[in-house]
Amino acid sequence: MSELRKIIIDDREVEVDPRLTLLQACEEAGVEIPRFCYHERLSIAGNCRMCLVEVVGGPPKPAASCAMQVKDLRPGPEGAPPVIRTNTPMVKKAREGVMEFLLINHPLDCPICDQGGECDLQDQAMAYGVDFSRFREPKRSATDLALGPLVETHMTRCISCTRCVRFMTEVAGVPEMGQVGRGEDSEITSYETATLGTEMGASGPDLVVATLKAGLSSELQGNIVDLCPVGALTNKPYAFTARPWELRKFQSIDVMDALGSNTRVDVRGREVMRILPRNHDGVNEEWLADRSRYVWDGLRRQRLDRPYVRRNGKLKPASWSEAFAAIAASVKAAGGDIAAVAGDLVSVEPLWALKKLVNALGSERHDCRQDGARLVPGNRSAYVGNAAVADIDGSDAILVVGSNPRDEAPVLNARIRKAWLAGAEVAVIGEPVDLSFETHHLGSGPDALTGESRRKIVDYMKGRNAPLIVLGQGALARDDGAAILGHVMALADEVGAKLLILHTAAARVGAMDVGFTHPGGVAGALEGAKVIFNLGADEIEIADGPFVIYQGHHGDRGAHRADVILPGAAWTEQPGTYVNTEGRVQIANRAGFPPGDAREDWAILRALSAELGATLPFDTLDALRRDLYAAHPHFAAVDTIAPSAWQPVEAGKIAARPFRNPISDHFLTNPVTRASEVMAECSRLAAERRSKALAAE
Amino acid sequence: MLEDKDRIFTNLYGMHDRSLAGAKARGHWDGTAGLIAKGRDWIIDEIKNSALRGRGGAGFPTGLKWSFMPKESDGRPHYLVVNADESEPGTCKDREIMRHDPHTLIEGCLIASFAMGAHAAYIYIRGEYIREREALQAAIDEAYDAGLLGKNAAGSGWDFDLYLHHGAGAYICGEETALIESLEGKKGMPRLKPPFPAGVGLYGCPTTVNNVESIAVAPTILRRGAAWFASFGRPNNTGTKIFAISGHVERPCVVEESMSIGLKELLERHCGGVRGGWKNLKAVIPGGSSVPLLPAHLCDDAIMDFDWLREQRSGLGTAAVIVMDQSTDVIKAIWRLSKFYKHESCGQCTPCREGTGWMMRVMDRLVTGDAEIEEIDTLLDVTTRVEGHTICALGDAAAWPIQGLIRHFREEIEDRIRARKTGRIGAVAAE
Repeated sequence: MSELRKIIIDDREVEVDPRLTLLQACEEAGVEIPRFCYHERLSIAGNCRMCLVEVVGGPPKPAASCAMQVKDLRPGPEGAPPVIRTNTPMVKKAREGVMEFLLINHPLDCPICDQGGECDLQDQAMAYGVDFSRFREPKRSATDLALGPLVETHMTRCISCTRCVRFMTEVAGVPEMGQVGRGEDSEITSYETATLGTEMGASGPDLVVATLKAGLSSELQGNIVDLCPVGALTNKPYAFTARPWELRKFQSIDVMDALGSNTRVDVRGREVMRILPRNHDGVNEEWLADRSRYVWDGLRRQRLDRPYVRRNGKLKPASWSEAFAAIAASVKAAGGDIAAVAGDLVSVEPLWALKKLVNALGSERHDCRQDGARLVPGNRSAYVGNAAVADIDGSDAILVVGSNPRDEAPVLNARIRKAWLAGAEVAVIGEPVDLSFETHHLGSGPDALTGESRRKIVDYMKGRNAPLIVLGQGALARDDGAAILGHVMALADEVGAKLLILHTAAARVGAMDVGFTHPGGVAGALEGAKVIFNLGADEIEIADGPFVIYQGHHGDRGAHRADVILPGAAWTEQPGTYVNTEGRVQIANRAGFPPGDAREDWAILRALSAELGATLPFDTLDALRRDLYAAHPHFAAVDTIAPSAWQPVEAGKIAARPFRNPISDHFLTNPVTRASEVMAECSRLAAERRSKALAAE
Repeated sequence: MLEDKDRIFTNLYGMHDRSLAGAKARGHWDGTAGLIAKGRDWIIDEIKNSALRGRGGAGFPTGLKWSFMPKESDGRPHYLVVNADESEPGTCKDREIMRHDPHTLIEGCLIASFAMGAHAAYIYIRGEYIREREALQAAIDEAYDAGLLGKNAAGSGWDFDLYLHHGAGAYICGEETALIESLEGKKGMPRLKPPFPAGVGLYGCPTTVNNVESIAVAPTILRRGAAWFASFGRPNNTGTKIFAISGHVERPCVVEESMSIGLKELLERHCGGVRGGWKNLKAVIPGGSSVPLLPAHLCDDAIMDFDWLREQRSGLGTAAVIVMDQSTDVIKAIWRLSKFYKHESCGQCTPCREGTGWMMRVMDRLVTGDAEIEEIDTLLDVTTRVEGHTICALGDAAAWPIQGLIRHFREEIEDRIRARKTGRIGAVAAE
């Protein structure tokens, strides 16, 4: 930290870090500076010229405050602090001038523009522009781009701020957009050179160019819609459906991956209209993966909106009491021979209720590890690790084991990319995947963690300032997973690295925290059970035989195998606690109500418990949470990561089989995504890109 | 009038041998190692004392610019980049150096690079200069063969490599930071300053970008002394200067003359005077397309140097004098420049991207008179909103010619608008 420097902004004296830009310094002083191209998390372009300020004593022209650092200011006479002014006629004229230039070729189509009401250009035109037009020439128009199913373009509205170009190049790491042409004819575009690959017999990078015709390929592309300060890039699935002022906004948590991105769910009536990211520096910064952003149409399809009971082999609609009666009968017949399995999207509260219910019925057989991950119950350091997501930023050597973070948590991958851009080296053990940045491939299986190859890894990581290991489910969801975990923890110990366990399921860490586990995993828990309570687990096959109760929100694999279906609520329809992959406790608020007769999950379990004669000791969600907090106090500390004592696991015997990454189709990982048309389209296009790439090789 | 003995560019017209042997016969490459042996500080001091101002247009003191380079390398190499992207309309002085007297430039590159601690220099030559590039490359090859470049260049003990890079024909690449971007293989878009190239330039290393003429005069200044060079011209506007005169004169030409020569003397002595006599003069653009024009009544006593022209709210620029006689439609002439700047704007920053097109379209209508009188002031106001608000100086360059036109020929514009509206021809337009 360098020494603070005193400057005067509009008669306000402030002391700021000299490395700050003038714009940031003005913000610290509480002076608002309008801007279009500047964005905190992107490189500085300085091209919109909206942020011009007057530097007193400097050249007789305004300076771009986004691009000038405080340390570049010359002191005033006799060492007086430099003076910046943002309220002089020079600045007013500059802002009005830039506003006018931006508007002369901007269409007056605000009434039919989706950005209307949340448009930087609109807002700043009101605040800093003038209310008349002197432009009598014909306006310019531009051809729209085909960017795929997620981002709609209206390029005539573009003000060439290049935020989208910079995001795709810098953050997403997929340089698919650029500015071509010059002067007023310059355009933001994507590189649609479809024929290049075949005509020139291209391979490698040229080939990537050749496969772009289907639109953008980044799994983070939705963010350019948020970044666009005008209506040039808008949400295609949301297009023309709602106005921002008619939406109610709820703070929520994303459950499509285990990162726990902070989101805002926008609702009109009872429909979720869109999902947007919220800023959280420790988790998702302000990005959101496309899978999380565009999955909402899946919330409208395939929903379970009433109870069903299987009669004569067919699922028939039933009332709640009929369903409960059927369950009570089978539970009674089972005589305590019951088990429970929980899915990937479930919040902590129903897990806690289900665990208590199963226990009260005389069974300890419950598990949450659908993928068979050999996570060690009770050892939080072994299923959460000891690194926070934010630790990636300062890391200078990152080792990714058995994971493709780009598939499993794209926003986290962007963060690793950020560290890479800042100079960190990244190495991978597992499938050689393209993470959108350069990686060293140090091995493909667990044998890389032993012998000579291990010494190489130690050499690579030892002596670094802040080494970090990201351990994925590709290394854990296998028979020797616990042993591999032991080897990785020993490695982390030796090289002084922090460990981040990258989960794929949003519910996983919370379920592990409440002890929703069984020594034999899911298979062991279910083995021989006469009644199985399935809480939203759709990724496993349950064999014929036992009586299965499925409680969930989508008619997916779990519901098909059920004997009784209890319609529950999705994560946007009930308040719920989630613990993300780094162990951070977060609460998603209710944004709407579940459809039809569906109910909140904890309430269904509470009602059922009374029916089964094992009444749970809470009548409200608050009471449930009090009960939960009494048993597991760390859940009460929302938005914090409870420290966990480092307990290494035994580094046992490992198999030579290479790691297989856990996700085969990024866009179809859970029942909600499988119900979404948008996700289906994204999945199809991704598959097309993959096969094109293969065919051209 | 500059005497022949005081000319630096003695083969400006290509009448003599332009090979290395010819250049040596004319005194170039004489004692280069000796000049270098006198040390960096001496060279920079001599250039400072000669009061040489940059010949690319802005007129920044060259010695001072060189002194901005770090004295000691922090591990990064230093670079000299020579701006040979001579694209300013009207300007054609550097090409004569490069194709007829290239060794002045090559020797200058060696000396200037040594003075800045650079072991490599790049000459970025305009895309349209094909023959010039060939001539210059041939001269560079000759110099390499003769040991004047490369390891221990010219026996000076200084290792020096010189590269010639061909541009692709964009005016904006003559802006020093856009030139650096282009040289790095990127799209030629100007960078934000600060940081300045002397700190972070080519490939992130300390870099100085100089005009061809600024570099090419350096060896002769060092050989003949700062005092000799400073003896020409007025204080702060010293030296000899290559003028390029085009337009309505009897014999357009490129000529090396003393700085601060009178405009009338320049035109009459070297160009045979204005076509149809001095009285037939309407206006002069004294320094390439980007400076405001001077109307005839200011031309009588005009002095061709930086300070005098600045006082007249014009500028010396590249000393490319564009002469327009009474037959000229001066509105259309300036419109053509607006069209040029609109075409050459890189499109990066808002005021220039949007403003150049707007200004050109208003100029379109001023040419035909299809406008309102108030639009003249609107146009003037728009130029002031472009000028000084952009990343680089192209915005200024696009604004100044229009400002000059409105300042000096407002009546003519108004007359044309009125004539268009009423059908009657006004007093000025009738001439």
